[in-house]
Amino acid sequence: MTVKIYIPKDAAAIACGADEVAAAFKKTAKKAAVKIDIVRNGSRGMLWLEPLVEVEHNGVRYGFGPVAEDDVQDLVKAGLLGEKGPKGIKHKLAVGPVEDIPFFKKQTRLTFARCGLADPVSLPDYKRLGGYKGLENALKLKPIEIVDVVSKSGLRGRGGAGFPTGIKWKTVHDTPPQQKYIVCNADEGDSGTFADRMIMEGDPFVLIEGMTIAGLAVGATRGYIYLRSEYPHAGMALNAAIQAAKKDGYLGDNVRGSGHTFELQVRMGAGAYVCGEETSLLESLEGKRGLVRAKPPLPAHKGLFGQPTVINNVLSLAAVPYIMEHGAQAYADYGVGRSRGTMPIQLAGNLKHGGLFETAFGITLGELVDDIGGGTLSGKPVKAVQVGGPLGAYFPRGYFDTPFDYEAFAARDGLIGHAGVVVFDETADMMAQARFAFEFCAVESCGKCTPCRIGSTRGVETLDKVRAGERPEANLAVVEDLCNTMKFGSLCALGGFTPYPVMSALTHFPEDFGRPAKKLAAAAE
Amino acid sequence: MGREPWSEPRTRQIVTEHKGLEGPLMPILHACVETFGFVPQEAVPVIANELNLSRAEVHGVVTFYHDFRREPAGKHVLKMCRAEACQSMGCEPLVKRAEDRLGIKCGETSADGRVTLEPIYCLGLCATAPSAMLDGKIVGRLNEAKLDKLLKGAGA
Repeated sequence: MTVKIYIPKDAAAIACGADEVAAAFKKTAKKAAVKIDIVRNGSRGMLWLEPLVEVEHNGVRYGFGPVAEDDVQDLVKAGLLGEKGPKGIKHKLAVGPVEDIPFFKKQTRLTFARCGLADPVSLPDYKRLGGYKGLENALKLKPIEIVDVVSKSGLRGRGGAGFPTGIKWKTVHDTPPQQKYIVCNADEGDSGTFADRMIMEGDPFVLIEGMTIAGLAVGATRGYIYLRSEYPHAGMALNAAIQAAKKDGYLGDNVRGSGHTFELQVRMGAGAYVCGEETSLLESLEGKRGLVRAKPPLPAHKGLFGQPTVINNVLSLAAVPYIMEHGAQAYADYGVGRSRGTMPIQLAGNLKHGGLFETAFGITLGELVDDIGGGTLSGKPVKAVQVGGPLGAYFPRGYFDTPFDYEAFAARDGLIGHAGVVVFDETADMMAQARFAFEFCAVESCGKCTPCRIGSTRGVETLDKVRAGERPEANLAVVEDLCNTMKFGSLCALGGFTPYPVMSALTHFPEDFGRPAKKLAAAAE
Repeated sequence: MGREPWSEPRTRQIVTEHKGLEGPLMPILHACVETFGFVPQEAVPVIANELNLSRAEVHGVVTFYHDFRREPAGKHVLKMCRAEACQSMGCEPLVKRAEDRLGIKCGETSADGRVTLEPIYCLGLCATAPSAMLDGKIVGRLNEAKLDKLLKGAGA
């Protein structure tokens, strides 16, 4: 009998000791003379349990986590690798059948359907689990028909801006035949976000398939994945998957015998946050400083090397295979209002149950933080929740009824962004968070436009004056004024959205700025 | 990280290896860091000459990106995440502890050249925060004990 054991090779699992746990299992099994087959899978997304070891028995995967190197011997002694299987094992780390855990069961996994099930870079596994069916369907359609399916699905850019993906594709489709590009924005720089990383490490083929379909739809023969250098594990997984796809004719000069060419390369960023902005990313890919471009011209008309370019976020492209396999309506059936489909939400920071939670739009912020996330890890009350990365607003508990939906967040002066949710407990100092927002903008500004370059630096200085008790009211008025200038005068979202965290902190937590808490209601109105 | 001494022929070789790519400058600079440990000032005119760019253009790119260091780093590089998710889990006291231990500020290299301490803005390990990276090896759920072990491992 060979016991099948799954130990993730997701970076979050590795950071918590998954490699050491895998080595310990090998050693212990050898000693016990038990044959084991270790599969290094993607993460199931329940990151508080990582490293989550799963043992398969009669087709059910039983979980144990978080497992440390030192726990392995103990688990084996408890009978983990025994004849009777892991089912009845009483152990403090046993979490039962993994797919029955409420955090997992409550999800609607469309994009992440396969993540965590198998070896992420095995093409046979990908196909066994339903992969490449979307591409098969796409190959039977005319390019404009593919664009129509994506348009009808209601898919909007998952990077943050929420621009309809179908419109981008249609624009590039309608440009005359020439060298066109598909560029994947994998510069996931927002703190609190890791969905792109998880899908690239846990199911890289779904991104490759999505990009290939995009190539067919708009007539692009070359694709680039611009990956941030902070994600070396994702880079390894992507490159291995690209090699496998090439070998089997899923990439190259004759994709599945269709006569279509699609070549794909991974390019590394170099630690500049602003390169997550699409035009800055294109400059960087071309080998230049990541200076933001003024729009128009749109990347769809003049993008990479001045050629028509589809530039989409990882999650947008990774949603496409599902849409092409199951149809536009199947995807659009999920969600609310103009936010259709599902969103892989990332629960992070000071949270008991942090991880990846893919669900249809419409779930409230309170459900996410209190029910799914289980409240703070520290056990102290939640003070603020930042949604959407460093450029997202800080929401107080009073806003926990906000449904997860692009428009609903915008209506409350916030944004979904890339759907990262970072929870802070009562120890957070919101003036320090506001100062950090300015400081981060100052460090990462590309320097092209004045409001962002100068405004952020002045913001830091002005808040320091407030902190020092120097004419606080007058200086807070300057901060508000600076925010206004940055919001309306900046070229891109870095300068334009930095006011969100600053102003939300000031509006919802005035007491942290030395203002009376009473003023809250007045300021909010 | 490479520690090969800089040489002009090796630089030209790196450029030649990447010249066929579209937009080869970023991959070339990454390769320089990988080979020499940093982008030496002397490499800039060589790369510019090979790619038919001005020195100013190459210099501009080198200085724009955090990854393209212009000085050699210490023997070990400890990057500590200081972004919001890690802040919510108390990364700042840990950064302070590392600074005190090494006797330097974040962004500097210890006097004995053993450890460079750098901030990093997000390793994408935000649900297992705080996070750090020592010589490319990632560490999650960082605490004082783990940090001390990392520092000890780096010889500090």
